[in-house]
Amino acid sequence: MISHLRTMWLVFIHLFKKKETIEYPEEKVQLRPRYRGRIVLTKDPDGGERCVGCYLCAVACPVDCIALQATEDENGRRYPDFFRINFSRCIFCGYCEEACPTYAIQLIPDFEMAEYNRQNLVFEKEDLLIDSQGKYPGYNFYRVAGLDAGVKKTGEGENEEPPVDVHSLLP
Amino acid sequence: MSTIYIDNKQYNVKEGKNLLEACLGLGIDLPYFCWHPALGSVGACRQCAVKVFKDENDTRGRLVMSCMENIKDGLHLSVADKTAKAFRSQVIEWLMTNHPHDCPVCDEGGSCHLQDMTVMTGHDYRRFHYKKRTYTNQYLGPLIHHEMNRCIQCYRCVRYYHDYAGGKDLNVFSAHNHVYFGREKDGVLESPFSGNLVEVCPTGVFTDKTLREHYTRKWDLTTAPSVCNHCSVGCNTIAGERYGQLRCITNRFNSEVNGYFLCDRGRFGYEFVNSANRITQPIIRNRAVEAVDEVVVMDHLKQLMNNHTVIGIGSARASVESNAALMQLVGKENFYQGISDSLRFIQKRIVEVMQSGKVQPASLQDIQQADAILVLGEDIWNTAPVMALAVRQGVMKTAAHHVLENRELPGWHDAAVRELVQQEKGFLANCTIAASPLDELSSSTVHLAPDDLARLGFAIAGRLHTSVPVVQLDSNTQNQAAIIAAALQQAKRPVIISGAGCYNEALIRAAFDIAVALNTPEHEVRLAYVMPECNSMGLAMTQSAGFENAVLRTTREENITAIVLENDLYRNVPAHIADLFFNSVQHCIVFDSLNNATTQNADVLVPAATFAEGDGTLVNYEGRAQRFYQVYMPANKNIRESWKWLQKMEEIRTAQTAEQVYHPEDLLVMCERLMPQFAGIAGAVPHHDFRINGQALPRAPHRYSGRTAILANLAVSEPKPKQDNDSPFTFTMEGYSGMPPSPLIPFFWRPGWNSIQAVNKYQQEPGGALRNEQAGTLLFEYKRDGEAVYFKDIPEAFMVRKDKWLLFPQYHVFGSEELSAYSKGVGELSPEPYLAISSRDADQLGLVDGSLVTIKVFEQAYELPVATNMLIPNGVALMPAGLQGMPAMNWNAWVQVMSVKL
Repeated sequence: MISHLRTMWLVFIHLFKKKETIEYPEEKVQLRPRYRGRIVLTKDPDGGERCVGCYLCAVACPVDCIALQATEDENGRRYPDFFRINFSRCIFCGYCEEACPTYAIQLIPDFEMAEYNRQNLVFEKEDLLIDSQGKYPGYNFYRVAGLDAGVKKTGEGENEEPPVDVHSLLP
Repeated sequence: MSTIYIDNKQYNVKEGKNLLEACLGLGIDLPYFCWHPALGSVGACRQCAVKVFKDENDTRGRLVMSCMENIKDGLHLSVADKTAKAFRSQVIEWLMTNHPHDCPVCDEGGSCHLQDMTVMTGHDYRRFHYKKRTYTNQYLGPLIHHEMNRCIQCYRCVRYYHDYAGGKDLNVFSAHNHVYFGREKDGVLESPFSGNLVEVCPTGVFTDKTLREHYTRKWDLTTAPSVCNHCSVGCNTIAGERYGQLRCITNRFNSEVNGYFLCDRGRFGYEFVNSANRITQPIIRNRAVEAVDEVVVMDHLKQLMNNHTVIGIGSARASVESNAALMQLVGKENFYQGISDSLRFIQKRIVEVMQSGKVQPASLQDIQQADAILVLGEDIWNTAPVMALAVRQGVMKTAAHHVLENRELPGWHDAAVRELVQQEKGFLANCTIAASPLDELSSSTVHLAPDDLARLGFAIAGRLHTSVPVVQLDSNTQNQAAIIAAALQQAKRPVIISGAGCYNEALIRAAFDIAVALNTPEHEVRLAYVMPECNSMGLAMTQSAGFENAVLRTTREENITAIVLENDLYRNVPAHIADLFFNSVQHCIVFDSLNNATTQNADVLVPAATFAEGDGTLVNYEGRAQRFYQVYMPANKNIRESWKWLQKMEEIRTAQTAEQVYHPEDLLVMCERLMPQFAGIAGAVPHHDFRINGQALPRAPHRYSGRTAILANLAVSEPKPKQDNDSPFTFTMEGYSGMPPSPLIPFFWRPGWNSIQAVNKYQQEPGGALRNEQAGTLLFEYKRDGEAVYFKDIPEAFMVRKDKWLLFPQYHVFGSEELSAYSKGVGELSPEPYLAISSRDADQLGLVDGSLVTIKVFEQAYELPVATNMLIPNGVALMPAGLQGMPAMNWNAWVQVMSVKL
C-alpha cells in the first residue's frame, strides 16, 4: 500500500519537473560524438579508402547484414569491390566498428535514415564512403602493416627495419 | 598400450608415439608449429613444451618438448603446469615480435595456425617496443604468393618441399634471426606439389594466388566434400564457393587415398568452373533464335528421339550416374564409350585383370607402405602426380625402416632418421619411355620403347615364376630384369604400377604377370593401373563398345540421333574420325559444361553442371567409387547435372511422368541393375535423406557472414534458402554442428582450431584414419584362393625403322588434362608443343634443340620445334599430349619426321 502511494507521489511531482520532450524534427537532438548511428566508410589521411576488405565486420555482425568482396589494385592494395550494408537489418550494435582493424567502418551520430521503401535502406559502397577520416584522424593502416601495397615500401614502415640482406651472414 | 598420467589423470595411450601426438590424440589442446603428422618431429619451434615429472612424488619436474619425448609407461606429465604454460606463451610472444600487423590483408587469416596457437596460449598484448625485421618477397609463379615478413621460422615449408616432396628449388638461406625461406632467385616453383605449402605453412608466407583473385575467408565459404576430377587417382578435396563462384580447393584428408597432400593440378585447376567459356543456355542450332529455354529444348529433343535410333556416347570425365542415365535412355546396346578403340582395348584388359580378383589393387596408402615398387611404362609423375608422391614416400619410408631396425629410435624422430638414412633409398624401379623426376629416387632406371618395357616385364615375371616363357633380351636389360626380380622377390609388400598411358596393352599383361608371380603367402603384392581420366575406370567397367564402332554404325544406318555426354571427341579420336561421325549422324545432341570442338558440331547443345554444381560418383584407378557433392546451386537454372537432363529426356521418351523424383542413389541402383559389375556402388555413401538427430548437415560454417545482405541489392526481402534434395546437406549454416561421418565432411573446423590442422580432431589418432573412415567403395573384389593364370603372349622386340618414328604421348602435369587447362595459372604453366627424339636420332638428321621439323599424322602436317633428349630410346618420338588446341594424335603409330629446310 505504502509502495503504491509512493509511486503515485513520484509520478505526481514529475508534473513540476523540466520538460524533456523536444519538438523533433524542428528541434534537433543533441548527440554525443560516440553515438552509434549510421555506418560510414572513412578514408585515410592520403585520401585512399581505409577499408581493406578483411571481412571482420561482416563476420562480427550479429544480423549478418554486411556483405562485401575484397579485391586488389595493381600495387596489391586491398579494397572492397562492393560493400553492402542492409540497414533494414542493422541493429546499430557497433560490433563492426569494434572489429575493424583499420578504423574504416565507423558509426556516426546520425540516425535520420527513415525510408518509405525498405529497398532504399540497402546501402552500397558509394552510399557509405565519406571523404573524411571520421573519429580517428591520422591513421593509415598500410603504414603500420608489413605489406607493401604501394603506400610504403617493405622495411620503410613506422616500426620496420630495412629488409634483410639474405646474402649476408653477419649477425 | 602404455599408461601415462597427464595432470594426474590416467590415460592409456599407444606406444611408439611422442607425447604431443598422445596429447592431441586424447583431445588435449597443445600448441605446436614445426611438428606435422606427415613430416614428423624436429623440436625446432619450442612451442609444445610440457612438464615431465620423475615420478608421482616429484613436484618440481622439468620442461621438455613434447614432440621429442617418447611415451614411457607410467610417465607423469603436466600440460596445464604454470611454468609450461608461461613458457609456451613466451615462445609465441617472441615469434610475434617480428610478425607483421598484416592479418586483415593476409589470406591465411581465419584459417591460420599461428592465430589459433596465439589464442590458445593466451598471448594478446605486444610488450616489445622495437622495430620489426622485414624481408623482400619473391615471385614464385602464378600459383603461390610469397610474403616472407610473416615467417615464424618453423622450417615446415623446407621440410615438406625439400624432404617430403623432393623439390630442389626451395630452401633456407641466410642465418641467425634472419633466415630466409625461398628460392635462389625469383621464378616459378618447380615441384608440382608446391600448392601444399599453402596448407603446410602455419602462417601466411605461402598463400594461394588463385584464391587471391577472388578472395574469401574460410568462414565465408560454402563448402562440400568433393573428389578431384583432374586425374584417375580421385583425391578427396573440399571445394568452396562464394557469391555463385567457385573460390578454392583444399585438401580433404583421407588416409586411404590422398592423405594430407594434393598436386597443383588438382588444387589450382578448378577455375574452369568460373570460365567465360561455359555453356549457359540450351542451344538449338540453325534457327533464327538459337538460345532457347527448357520447354522448347525438351520439345525439340522429343522430336529428335522419336522415330530415330538414339545412340549414346559416354564419357570418361562424366560421373557414373550420368553415364548410367545415358545408358538407360539409349539402351545398353546403343551405348558406346567415347574413347578410341585402341585405348578401349587396353582399358578393357585392365578391367578384366582387376575383375579377375587375382591381385589386390594398390591404394595410395599401400604404395606408401610398399618396400619395393616397380613402375612399368607409366609416367606417373605426370599422369597421376599424387601417386608419384606416394611412391616417393614408399621409397623414403623403406630406407628409414631399414636404418631403424635394431635401433631404439622412434620413426617420428625426423631429423635423426634422416641423418641415419643419408642417401640410402628403398627399392624403386622406374621403367618408362623417357626420363622422369622419379629417376633420381630409383635403384633401377630403364628407358625403352613400350614393347621392350613389356618384354622386360615378362622377363621379370619369368624369373619369378617358371610359367612365364623366357624372353630374349640384351645383356644390359637382362641384368636389370635380374636385379628388379630379386628385389621384388625379397620384398614383403611389393607394388607394381602400370597404366594406359603408353597405349600398349602388353605392358598391362606384363605387370599382371609380375604381380601374380609374386602373389605368394610371403608377399602382400598390390597392383595399380593408372587410367587417363577421373572416371575412365567407371566408363571402362561398362564394357561397352568403343567410339569407332559407333562411327561405323552411323555410316551404315540412317536416321541416327547421337547423344554425346560431356566429351570432347576431338581430344579422344583423330579429327577425321570425329568429322566423319558428325557428318553421318542425322542429329547430334551434346551435353557439356565448356565449349569445345565437339560442342561446335552439336545440333542441340545442353549445358551440363561441373563437379562443383552437381552430384555424382567417380570410380578411381583402383575401382574405388567415391561421391562428390554439389557445392552450390548455380543461379542459372539451365545448368544442371547431365543425369538430370537425361532423366527428363527418359520421361519424355517413355511419355510417363516419373512417380518419384530421382536422387543420385536411385541412379546408382539402376546402374547396378543394368550392370552387375557395379554391385555395391549404391551403398557407397549415405543417401539423400540421411540425417543426424533429424538434422541435415550444413555446408556453411556457423560464422558464415552476410546472409541478409548478399542478395539485398536485388530484393531486400531475403529469399528462402535453396533446398538440396540430392544430398544430406543444406546450403546454409543451419543443421547438425557435430562431427559428420567421414565421407560427408564439408570442412574441418573445431573450436579453437580454425586452420586445416583441425584435421587432428577428426582422426582416430594424429596422422591416422578419420573416425569411422569410409573411403568410398571398392568395386573389385579380391579372391584370395584362385588359381594363378599367366599371360604368355610376349610382344616382339621394338625395331628401329629407317626414317620412321613410333609416336608416343609425353604427359605434362600442367596442360595435358582438359579441364584444368582452362584455369589461368595452369594454362600459363603448360608447355608449348614440341617433338622430342633421342639425341642420336637428332644427330643423324642433323637436328639440334629448337630446329623445326614437320611430322605427318593422318595427312595433317605439323611443324614443331625439336627437343633432343639423351634418355629417349632411338626410333621413338614423343609429343606433349592433350595440349589445348592440339588435336588427338595417332599414338603408338609410325610417323615420318622431316627436317624443315630454312
